[in-house]
Amino acid sequence: MITSFVKKSTLAGLLVASAVAQPVLAADEYKLGLVTFLSGGAAGPFGVPAKNAADLVLETLNAGGLPAPYNMKGINGRTIKPVYVDEAGGATKQASELRNLVERQGVDSVVGYISSGDCLAVPAVAEELKTLTVLFDCGTPRVFEDSSYQYVFRTGPTATMDNVAASHYIKEMFPKLDSVSGINQNYSFGHESWADFNGSLNKLIPNVEVTTKQFPKIYAGQYGAEISALMVNSANVIHSSFWGGDMEAFLLQGSARGLFEDQTAVLTTGESAMYRLEGQIPEGTILGGRGPFGIYAPDNALNRWFREAYIARFETAPTYPAYKMVQGIFGLKLATEKAAEKVKGQPTTEDVVSAFENLVYEGPGGTVSMNMGNGHQASMEMVYGRYSHKSGEPSVTDVRRYPAACVNPPEGMSSIEWIEKGMPGAKCN
Amino acid sequence: MRNSTLLVLGAGVAVMAAGMVMPGWLTFLLTLALAKGLVVMGLLLLMKAGLVSFGQGLYYCLGAYCVGVAGDYLETQNALFLMLIAVVVCVALAAVIGLLLCRYRDIFFAMFSMAFSMILYGVLVKSSAFGSSDGFNVKPPLLFGWTPTGEPGPLMAYGLAVTAVTVVGIFVWNYLRSPMGYAGEAVRENEIRVEYLGSSVRRIIYIKYLLAAAMAGLGGGITALAAGHIDPEMAYWTTSGEFVFIALMGGTGHVAGPVIGAVLFELIRTYAFQISPYTWQMILGIALLAIILYLPKGVWSLVERFTKEKTS
Repeated sequence: MITSFVKKSTLAGLLVASAVAQPVLAADEYKLGLVTFLSGGAAGPFGVPAKNAADLVLETLNAGGLPAPYNMKGINGRTIKPVYVDEAGGATKQASELRNLVERQGVDSVVGYISSGDCLAVPAVAEELKTLTVLFDCGTPRVFEDSSYQYVFRTGPTATMDNVAASHYIKEMFPKLDSVSGINQNYSFGHESWADFNGSLNKLIPNVEVTTKQFPKIYAGQYGAEISALMVNSANVIHSSFWGGDMEAFLLQGSARGLFEDQTAVLTTGESAMYRLEGQIPEGTILGGRGPFGIYAPDNALNRWFREAYIARFETAPTYPAYKMVQGIFGLKLATEKAAEKVKGQPTTEDVVSAFENLVYEGPGGTVSMNMGNGHQASMEMVYGRYSHKSGEPSVTDVRRYPAACVNPPEGMSSIEWIEKGMPGAKCN
Repeated sequence: MRNSTLLVLGAGVAVMAAGMVMPGWLTFLLTLALAKGLVVMGLLLLMKAGLVSFGQGLYYCLGAYCVGVAGDYLETQNALFLMLIAVVVCVALAAVIGLLLCRYRDIFFAMFSMAFSMILYGVLVKSSAFGSSDGFNVKPPLLFGWTPTGEPGPLMAYGLAVTAVTVVGIFVWNYLRSPMGYAGEAVRENEIRVEYLGSSVRRIIYIKYLLAAAMAGLGGGITALAAGHIDPEMAYWTTSGEFVFIALMGGTGHVAGPVIGAVLFELIRTYAFQISPYTWQMILGIALLAIILYLPKGVWSLVERFTKEKTS
């Protein structure tokens, strides 16, 4: 017993020692904390594509191999050293891990967070530690509507525009629309998505009947009862913000039972499954990509480079989480380099913060304007299209682009309030 | 007995003073660990009576939401007041649920307690006013408008956690040495005999259940104040499972077991996160397996073994 104790304590000692021993940090190294889901249900569809994109971009940045204006090596000449953290474990755990990243690992800044709960929890820690933190993917508009932060930025647009744009798109595609139904996961994102969609649709087309709204458990995987309800209460359009395995299961089970034969599905995150399920998505299904990402990304030099390099390395096309990760890293790099122009040597975090505020820059998904939430929240255009497999390749038809000012609330107004008031000030063309 | 109380008080003061020089991440980690330790101390009372609750998350989460909601509506950051509300509400709910639960034993008790915590989880996920599954933020704690550093920071919550663990620890230590405390083990060994001796088994279990709920509520309240964010995940069964995990790690032989277990659990988890972001769950699992295999009575049994060797 005693020898086993000795063995164990040696092991524990080694573990702790290896963890405590800080690697000697070269002065020209930029330590970047990257937080995405590496385990759990959100890892496959979101976390891993985002991490792959980060790997690819950081390596290319360190080699100075990107097109202008991202051609400077690393971040402002400093080689980027990534430190990955799994986003699993809940919001309290992530608040704790952000402290560890900053105080134990000494990162210069952090890019991360897919879950909205984590995005609500970590900003308070980032403010306390005065560490620049870029939220790249989470969708809840509450982050900058409920509070204002100095050191926190979000380079991805909010989820409000996904559903407002879906309403606009449906209005255009279905002139005789009289009924909709919905199936969304029973958690914040699902409830908020349905509320935004239903609210904005009511303002655009009055008197649309809601035949049924279903809220199955997240990660349920079996949607037999819900599909029956959707079939019995037939509507023109079925709205769904399902993602990952849930969306795939719903599509496969619904197709098998003929759910999509005379009803059209609007999948607000559908783009992320376009290549995995290319044979299974029904023709004409409306797909969103949470912004101008993936197949909806504009044809510019950055996007061409990113798509080619990503496909060459990972043998699949990049989906929206990958684009959003790149967008986050690019925003941080540009803001740092812009701040460095004004100072001698490396800029302080405060310099970078003021350069980041209201920054307008180009990413692989087009123009990103940090013009909401006092210059800390990005807005982008939103795109919808309909899936087509006629050419033998997954593609989209009837693509419509909605400018940021059309599908996002004006500065100073919350999304809920904006939709309730009938979306005043929206500039759609 | 008086000596050991003084010793614990001294240890509490020493741990509190150490907080002044500790790096911030460690202070925060210890705060969360101590809050969990409080919940597990309550679990220990039930485990001594042979009952494993898979639903302490109910009171952990309820306590946290009491602190969050009361802080928002009453616009106060006074930690003592908020924690008092958390404890009172948790005990009130336990007083009702306990009437039903103290009729059940074994797996039925475990499943029923889990069911109640999952009801709270379901209700919170559906309530968009409380932020649904995203939860909402809680303001940092103050003590009648005062903080140790002049501005709200992790040190305040740390102080609260250390104080709470010290006070509750001394209470539980004495309680376990009182007739009511020993009655728990008697219930586990032979209920009929306890009844013949003139005690009510149901009453013994009911009181332990109330105490456990109060401790879980206090732990939840401290977690809310320290982390600054709460969500329904705190009532999910995996959170309750984590408490049982910690109880097994620390051992149920002594009040200090849960605290040691919680600190060890948090330390292993955070370093597992850092060393291997992909397989940290495996490291945690191996750690528990190793403890179950080599130290079936938890980490605390090491201390017992060494003190016994010394006295013999």
